[in-house]
Amino acid sequence: MSSPQEQHIATYREEASELLAELETSLLELEDNPQDNDLINRVFRAMHTIKGSGAMFGFDDIARFTHEVETVFDQVRNGKMQVTRCLLDLTLQARDQITTMLEASAGGPPADEANGQRIIDGLQQLLPQATKLKVEPVAAAPAPAPSAEADTSRTYRIRFKPQPEIMLSGTNPISLLNELRDLGSCEVMAHLDAIPSLEQMIPEHCYFYWDIILTTTRGIEAIKDVFIFVEDDCDLKIDLIDDANAPDADSGYKKLGDILVERGDLSPVEMQKILSMQKRFGEILVEQGLVPASKVQSALIEQQQVKQARQERTTAAPAAAEAALSIRVPAERLDHLVNLVGELVTVQAHLTQIAGNRHDNEISAVAEEVERLISELRDTTLNMRMLPIGSTFSKFKRLVRDLSAELGKEIDLETTGAETELDKTVIEKLNDPLVHLIRNSIDHGVEMPEIRKAAGKPTKGIVHLAAEHSGDSVLVTIRDDGAGLDKEAIRAKAVERGLITTTTEMTDKEIYNLIFAPGFSTAKKVTSVSGRGVGMDVVKKAIEALRGTIDINSTPGKGSLITLRIPLTLAIIETLLVRIDQSYFVLPLTMVEECIELTRTDVQAAHGRHLAHVRGELTPYINLRDEFEITTNQPDIEQIVILSVNGKRIGFVVDDVVGEHQTVIKTLGKLYRDVRGISGATILGDGTVALILDPALLVQSVALIEQEQFG
Amino acid sequence: MSVSTITETVQYLTFKLADEIFALDVAKVREILEYTTITKVPQTPEFMRGVINLRGSVVPVIDMRLKFGMSATDQTINTCIIVVEVTLEGDTTILGALADSVQEVVEMEPEQIEPAPHIGTRLNTEFIKGMGKHEEHFVMILDIDKVFSEQEMAALQTSGTTE
Repeated sequence: MSSPQEQHIATYREEASELLAELETSLLELEDNPQDNDLINRVFRAMHTIKGSGAMFGFDDIARFTHEVETVFDQVRNGKMQVTRCLLDLTLQARDQITTMLEASAGGPPADEANGQRIIDGLQQLLPQATKLKVEPVAAAPAPAPSAEADTSRTYRIRFKPQPEIMLSGTNPISLLNELRDLGSCEVMAHLDAIPSLEQMIPEHCYFYWDIILTTTRGIEAIKDVFIFVEDDCDLKIDLIDDANAPDADSGYKKLGDILVERGDLSPVEMQKILSMQKRFGEILVEQGLVPASKVQSALIEQQQVKQARQERTTAAPAAAEAALSIRVPAERLDHLVNLVGELVTVQAHLTQIAGNRHDNEISAVAEEVERLISELRDTTLNMRMLPIGSTFSKFKRLVRDLSAELGKEIDLETTGAETELDKTVIEKLNDPLVHLIRNSIDHGVEMPEIRKAAGKPTKGIVHLAAEHSGDSVLVTIRDDGAGLDKEAIRAKAVERGLITTTTEMTDKEIYNLIFAPGFSTAKKVTSVSGRGVGMDVVKKAIEALRGTIDINSTPGKGSLITLRIPLTLAIIETLLVRIDQSYFVLPLTMVEECIELTRTDVQAAHGRHLAHVRGELTPYINLRDEFEITTNQPDIEQIVILSVNGKRIGFVVDDVVGEHQTVIKTLGKLYRDVRGISGATILGDGTVALILDPALLVQSVALIEQEQFG
Repeated sequence: MSVSTITETVQYLTFKLADEIFALDVAKVREILEYTTITKVPQTPEFMRGVINLRGSVVPVIDMRLKFGMSATDQTINTCIIVVEVTLEGDTTILGALADSVQEVVEMEPEQIEPAPHIGTRLNTEFIKGMGKHEEHFVMILDIDKVFSEQEMAALQTSGTTE
């Protein structure tokens, strides 16, 4: 088991990588909107958190480094510096440096310190001369730079009540108080009433809590920043009790009783009771033991410090409420849940089958109810694993930015549909293929600026990355406005590689799809980006492993379009269950268009050709019996299930269509991984195994075989 | 003379293919199932009988007799599926091996085991760890990882996909 400290460190790493991702996104957005204060604040906040919690968990190098970068951004935040391309370049490099440092701490290769120093030096040079950085120790509060609100000094009342365990997580409350002192004139009053007797005291616990009256020129955000890492471990209440805008500057501050009621230390009823006694309020309170002397003392301090003005109230509540809206769950627990639901679906299929055989209305009613609930449970569970694909998209922005600069091209990445949700594992597995495809578009697709100009196109090329839902799939498209694919070059290469002969007749689309063949690369020279010839077939394999398809289209001179069709989830799909003799197979329901009968006379009428007339249209079909070499018990009337495969209607002949089936996908394992056209297996209600067919691959392999047979 | 790779007393599960007795290291055996319906996966070699449902998991089943060049296993009341764990490309995989009948679990000393003769077994000697002697019978001790090794399965995959 790992110690609590190790767990904290693991959590820090996780959070830091999330923050780094956010940092990158914000920086890239900032490039487009350099004036956006919101973005600048987000950048600053991300760095501040990385720095602060880094120092807390012993990542001193990260904290020190981040501090330098943060200080520069503090200047930007205060309007003393402009966001420039140069600054963003350096900050992005700094981000990468932090990532390397983080990986180094987890056993990765050590970070290059010289590089880090170079980045810091670069950043230092950007600073306005007047405010050269002073190298400060780790985790100090951001240098108290005069902010935009410098002229308005406000007074805050802060009640900071840490949970007893706060010190176990490595936080020292005193240092937090000291940070507050740095912000401005500050009175701290400690409350001792929660301290238990010596026997009950646990030495590692913190029993104090504090009232702090702070008069500062900094905003409430600065105060919240101090407590940013302990938000969840303490009760924190920050009230603005005075600011310069308040009227009645001469009038006295509130009465002691009002302050105590406002703080919740005294109820209004009690106050009324005491007031009716007409004595000196504070003394009575202490005498009656209603409020401990320390609290009265603290209230008096407030009364003293705040001489003017009415009170306005703000609270720190919204941040806490936001945190409660989502919770972090380990992915493996979700996986386990999905597995359990998968098993439940199988059991439910069994139940429905039994109920169907019994002809008992009561059981049937229950079975239907269970079916309804389980399908809802299934959808909800699968939804929990859904993440917006946007997180992946933002990574590509960086890729395009860096790569185009390296190649001397001007390219913009546009994205749409970032909110499209996909299964978490699918998104992860989609990352590498997409990187490859985008690299290809940049390297091979978009031309150099001068060539583009000569061709009458804008010098800046555009790579468009889009995602959208389409049935139970997600379509991811990568479109560029480059030169498009060179048909003749592909053909020549394919002939050279022996993939086709010079006489092979092919449609344009078939030619384009040749680039997915193993070992195919038309790049004339090998660049660091592409041209190793391992690209596209690996991409295709990866997409097929996700049960997806890849398709390419191109218009010479206008650019090319790559379309990936990815199933929403890898776990459970809706299918149509069919039977051939004793064997059961399932077909993806979303592809099914219709089912028609096929009789012996139909076959004879077509002279044995595998073509069916469907409402005056010729539909080719594949006889699965022949394909699978099942020879027994052929019925007189067979069924053709017509599917839409890559936009074409193709029939699959089976003995019988059983009905819809919720299919929990099981892999066939390594032994069967290369069987074409069968993508997995599922277990039916009665325990028999049915095979999941992959129509697109089946059509492909049949087309290949027919090509060989009939030329 | 004993086989160098077998140095400890090991328990073996013995089973019959036709009239011959074979043995497997018990540590490799997960469980023994009665014969159940096997779903054939199309376009695969004959000795790959198909897949079964093992409490919700899909497990491939191999016909050992066909694998060793004998005639296909007939289904009798004694036919069973020995579920074994084999190491395939570094990963542990669960497989079912079809056998005519399962005999018993026996303990064999290293001295009882001799290396397989290079000729005469009419089997790929790679598959055999050694020949044990038990109650006047010869027992062929299988190296189950080798039986289902990469090359063996690769051969099967090509024969399965090229028609």
